Amino acid sequence: MSGWVLLLGASSSIARATANAFAARGYKLCLAGRDVDELERDATDLRIRFDIETCHREFDADRMETHQPFFSEVQLLPGGIEGVVLAVGYLGDSRSSRNNPHLQRVLLTNFVGPAAILALCADYLEARRGGFIVGISSVAGDRGRQSNYVYGAAKGGLSIYLQGLRNRLFPSDVAVLDVKPGFVDTAMTYGLPGLFLVASPAYVGERIVRAVLSRRDVIYTPWFWRYIMLIIRNVPEKVFKRLRL
Amino acid sequence: MVKIAPLASWNNYPKQICTLHRPERYRQFSPDVESAIARGLGRSYGDAALNEGGQVFLSERLNRILVFDPVRGVLRAEAGVSLDEILRLIVPRGWFLPVSPGTRFVSLGGAVASDVHGKNHHCDGSFGAYVSAIQLALPGAGWVDCSPTANPEIFWATVGGMGLTGFIGEVELQLRPIASAYVRAQHHAASNLDGLFDLFADPDRDAPYTVAWIDCLSSGNKLGRGVLMTGHHAALQELPIGVRSRPYDLPAVKALSVPVNLPGWALNPLSVSLFNEAYFAAQARKRAPFIADLRSFFYPLDNIHHWNRIYGAGGFVQYQFVIPEPGASAALRELLKRIASSRHASFLAVLKRMGPAGSGMLSFPMLGYTLALDLSLRDPDLFKLLDELDELVIEHGGRVYLAKDARLSAASFRKMYPRYGEWLAVKNRLDPDHQVTSSMARRLQLGSAA
Repeated sequence: MSGWVLLLGASSSIARATANAFAARGYKLCLAGRDVDELERDATDLRIRFDIETCHREFDADRMETHQPFFSEVQLLPGGIEGVVLAVGYLGDSRSSRNNPHLQRVLLTNFVGPAAILALCADYLEARRGGFIVGISSVAGDRGRQSNYVYGAAKGGLSIYLQGLRNRLFPSDVAVLDVKPGFVDTAMTYGLPGLFLVASPAYVGERIVRAVLSRRDVIYTPWFWRYIMLIIRNVPEKVFKRLRL
Repeated sequence: MVKIAPLASWNNYPKQICTLHRPERYRQFSPDVESAIARGLGRSYGDAALNEGGQVFLSERLNRILVFDPVRGVLRAEAGVSLDEILRLIVPRGWFLPVSPGTRFVSLGGAVASDVHGKNHHCDGSFGAYVSAIQLALPGAGWVDCSPTANPEIFWATVGGMGLTGFIGEVELQLRPIASAYVRAQHHAASNLDGLFDLFADPDRDAPYTVAWIDCLSSGNKLGRGVLMTGHHAALQELPIGVRSRPYDLPAVKALSVPVNLPGWALNPLSVSLFNEAYFAAQARKRAPFIADLRSFFYPLDNIHHWNRIYGAGGFVQYQFVIPEPGASAALRELLKRIASSRHASFLAVLKRMGPAGSGMLSFPMLGYTLALDLSLRDPDLFKLLDELDELVIEHGGRVYLAKDARLSAASFRKMYPRYGEWLAVKNRLDPDHQVTSSMARRLQLGSAA
């Protein structure tokens, strides 16, 4: 527990809850994201409530040319980076994201940008020979459905990417956790019709930290989504293509 | 995204369709729309945090603590933080809220907007007296900072202003030092109202924290029988030896919960009088001083989650009024007689001595005595009775507490709140189009002349 946990996309409610769960265990936290004013508030709050060290940095997953200078700077934090939580994401409007430029934006923010920054994190942790990477993916990445397949494709791509990293980093003792949340009560889902069994961010944050500390590979959260998705993945395509999901 | 849904506050009445926003970023917490009110944890009783057909901005995700100085006891936080979260931070470090309402599940912003009071009002005044700064979001004008010295008229229109001067965004508070997380408490029984007033007035019985429970169903020579509960923050040497080494640790309590709405008939004159008999007997037995932890002394009902459900889905109202001194005891006797003879079952009736009024223009407290009762809405004649009680309250120079109100008339409001004109002048200057508004504001016609 000597190093820092770096949260990318730290002002999302799942990232905030994950930060709380790490802070409650005494971890030092570096919050990175686009909205620096918000991150400063979050960093101050965590420092006061949990009596831990915190810092915040500007980071934009979409602007890949900034990743190298960003990461070169944060890795100089005293004690270095012990773990990375990638919580960057953008749901977009599922209808308009079928077409440019929304399609590009959804793929960029949910897959291309995350893959680029995680590549830097992976090299660093591999050289450090220890630590962890957490990627927040989605159950939407488990099977393509007409209602949100662009987002789903990006998140599914992220899951495959994390799987590859896990395989590569296993000899270096770096754990890679893929988190697949179901419905979580965030700004992204607030007021959306048709949601059920919505989990609180605090619950999800706590599950994420427990899972990474016990070095799990993939978690669905809440847990029953594993079984919902097991069924959805196993519907024969012949049948699935006729469904309106 | 937004959510359009029926919304009610703690008493489940009224229930109105509102458009809900739940911003997660501070700068999104802004009333830049036609009709908007901020809402904290929804613990007021009535329509203060409702906006039928308009927008309601929930502050619950804006709950960050921004400053805590453990040496001077100063705390600054976003308005959506609950008093419970504040207590978790400050009690272990030797500080307490300067003023505690009856529940810790209210937001900091709500405590300011209602200028809440507690068991120490007669000694220490209301919540607003300890607020040193407020940041307020105004429609179209961004943020304005105010304090008792900077923009004092905005500050005192906001303290107790029911959230109508703008969105309360950040609040700075002066805390109270404590030697332990415990209170040394004592109960004193009184067989009638005179006895209770004698206890309140007895300097030997006085304490920094006092409150009395009254059995509203007893009449005749037992009218107003009750129990005075007093307490002060326990000093180290008053604690049992076992806890002296860890004076700020609170024992873990297992909270109970009312899982579903009870049927409407569950509370009736018989069940309530049986409860009152049992409660009176149990409390009156505790004659000797005892040590209670902060949570059970200040927030006894917080240990029963969803206690509002005992009133059923139809909800209830709370009627809280204050009668100024002198003359409070005679007036209260008259009001209690009316309530007792109407046989409206009241579960909880709380009597409290209040100190001088603060500076909030629409603040409730004034030097005198306040009585609060919960009344089931099952009886169709209830509002008629309350209108009659309003008349008596006005006759004696008193007022009804807006944070507990769902039915007061615009005319009665004007007779109860003489500083309304002064408040309206500030409101008109800050928000000339009355974009910040609520169902309560429309019911009380807070816009038309005094």
